[in-house]
Amino acid sequence: MTDARLDAPLSYVRVAPEPVLPAPIFSRGALAWMRANLFSSWLSGALTVLSLALCLWLIPPLIGWATFHAIWSAPDGALCRAHQDGACWAFVAQKMNYFRYGSYPQTERWRVDLTEIIGAALIVWLLWPRAPRRAIGAGLFFIAFPILAFILLRGSDWFALPLVDTVLWGGVFVSLLTALVGIVFSLPLGILLALGRRSRLPVVKLASVIYIEFVRGVPFITVLFMANFMLPLFLPDGWAPDRFLRPLVGTALFAAAYMAEEVRGGLQSINKGQFEGAMALGLNFRRMMGLVILPQALTLVIPGIVNNFIGLFKDTTLVSIVGMLDFLATVENAFKDTVWNGPTIAPTGYAFAALFYFVFCFAMSRYQAAMERRLGRGRRR
Amino acid sequence: MAETARSSAGSLLYDPRIRGYGYQALLVAALIGLALTAGYNAYVNMQARGIPMGFGFWDQTAGFDISQTLIPYSSLSTYGRAFWVGLTNTAMVAAISIALATPLGFAVGVARLSPNWILARIALVYVEIMRNTPLLLQLLFWYNAVLKALPGPRQSIQFSSLVFLNNRGLYIPRPQFDAGAGWIGAALLAGIVGALAYRLQARRRQALTGQRAPVALVAAALCIGLPAIVYLAAGRPVSFELAQLSGFNLRGGVQVPPELAALVFGLVTYTAGFIAEIVRAGVLAVSGGQSEAASALGLHRGLTMKLVVIPQAMRLITPPLTSQYLNIVKNSSLAVFIGYPDLVQVFAGTVLNQTQAAVQVMAITMGVYLVISLAVALALNLYNARSVMKER
Repeated sequence: MTDARLDAPLSYVRVAPEPVLPAPIFSRGALAWMRANLFSSWLSGALTVLSLALCLWLIPPLIGWATFHAIWSAPDGALCRAHQDGACWAFVAQKMNYFRYGSYPQTERWRVDLTEIIGAALIVWLLWPRAPRRAIGAGLFFIAFPILAFILLRGSDWFALPLVDTVLWGGVFVSLLTALVGIVFSLPLGILLALGRRSRLPVVKLASVIYIEFVRGVPFITVLFMANFMLPLFLPDGWAPDRFLRPLVGTALFAAAYMAEEVRGGLQSINKGQFEGAMALGLNFRRMMGLVILPQALTLVIPGIVNNFIGLFKDTTLVSIVGMLDFLATVENAFKDTVWNGPTIAPTGYAFAALFYFVFCFAMSRYQAAMERRLGRGRRR
Repeated sequence: MAETARSSAGSLLYDPRIRGYGYQALLVAALIGLALTAGYNAYVNMQARGIPMGFGFWDQTAGFDISQTLIPYSSLSTYGRAFWVGLTNTAMVAAISIALATPLGFAVGVARLSPNWILARIALVYVEIMRNTPLLLQLLFWYNAVLKALPGPRQSIQFSSLVFLNNRGLYIPRPQFDAGAGWIGAALLAGIVGALAYRLQARRRQALTGQRAPVALVAAALCIGLPAIVYLAAGRPVSFELAQLSGFNLRGGVQVPPELAALVFGLVTYTAGFIAEIVRAGVLAVSGGQSEAASALGLHRGLTMKLVVIPQAMRLITPPLTSQYLNIVKNSSLAVFIGYPDLVQVFAGTVLNQTQAAVQVMAITMGVYLVISLAVALALNLYNARSVMKER
């Protein structure tokens, strides 16, 4: 018993797969992305158009100024004065040695280079999380390197290195040196102050709190002024440090207070059980702090310390107010050269200086973010 | 325990309490010794160099001019007067910068969180540039490379002949208050009081009945509408004097000197970068469950932000925001680099150089900043105590 209607292919039953249709254009690919991220609403669309207009208005002229219309090499400022629509990189190129070394004697500049290379190598050792024996690196960086840098830069009769007066120092290496002194001295001082602030002894605590709050409450410039004008008055006649050393003292004392607050944050975040466990093992205060608490607390605050260091590095520009010739001061000084006088010189110089500081600070902040992620990974459950 | 402590004198050394006293006594002795030595050295050195000891210089004639003063001052005024000039200038710069940096920073912070990709990128680039270059560099750039390089008064950049910008500064219209202008001020005051009262009443009603009132609308009407009505009713007593070119210079209007313009602009743009990050971090720190719960209750996106996210974010934003305000106050001391007469430039600069009284001048200068910092810290602590989350 067959029904003809059943044998005939039923029109509503699929016998072959339908051809695959492309996804709707607004749900995948570039258009969908644009719709979700650029034109999700009328307001968003208007903002996109405005933002694009802003970019078009700013970026092509800036790129043109910095590259196509720029003067890359010239013996003096005449060419730059003739082409005022572009940067004058020739000025930067010719002043580069001044920017790097100030008036440091030409024949001795290898000493600055060597110091910078050793310092850079040590910093990489110290900051690279998987580097072997970082403790040795830290010891070298915080103790041996400052002594070596002092001998190399200043000179010493023992090593047959001629003395170079600090009056001649200037440029990038002075900026780096100031930052280095700040970090090398502020970290131990800051740890001491942080421990003092958390101490149960009221006098120690009060002294630390007063110091930290005092320094954090005043501008860096006034600390520099104080180091420059008041330090010589407070010391016996003839004991006053070199004019170059005074701002360094001010920088270290200033940075220590900020470092102390960072370290205190780390100490506070350590579980009470860690203290109790260390005490139960019979460790005394120094061992408890050195072996149990500080290693954990300092690792936790590495991002904060790096952040502090970025601020410190930017603040080193202020030391020129007391006569130190840091990098920015050499740039400003170079503007006064009448050979290069012209309207494009100042923007070029500032652009170069901004690039220099940006590269350093941005690299540090990236490192800080990476460390934060790394630390967060271990602590997250 | 007590017996063993008494048993030998040597174990006294190992009593943590006694050792604590010992350490503290040592510290006190060291600090006092340091202070006495420093004081004695300062006394000897100052005598040897003929530096004045007391604060007698305060009432002496200063003998130098200050380019911009908010209070009457001439070169015949005293050093004390110069101090007040510097302090008022610092306060003015800080107040203007805070007032401008807050909205800019919040706007950039919100733009960073915007779902609009390109807007978020622009905000990110802005924040990274501002935070990763020194403030001093930015100030010098705005002052030397931008404002000083502008054309002279005859070729001023104009904004519909209301605002002029040239190498002598920024010229904005000067409001002139005729008789009856005081009524507008009174109306504004009344509007603010009325708005606050209405807000209080609306909150009370919401707590009792759950009905919401259009507080923002009414407040705007009271604070803007009321003065506007009075302005018209009193016969338009406020007019604006525009700057006009006469000869080689602009006359009339308010002249903002390039130093002040560069300082405020630099401080505002720099600090806004930091405020933006604070705002962003604050909003992101409010957990996602909060806005999900708000959506589940039926609140739309705007109300979720207003009633759930922002109140919680503000608690996280306020402390670092306050420290940014303090940073503005402290960073305004960078005025000394571009020659704007703030407290540090006038007092710790010129007055210190003229009188040589380094210790006194620096003590006063640092004291001022310290008092401001401590006062703000105290206010912040009070706020924190009030707004801390009530936990079970």
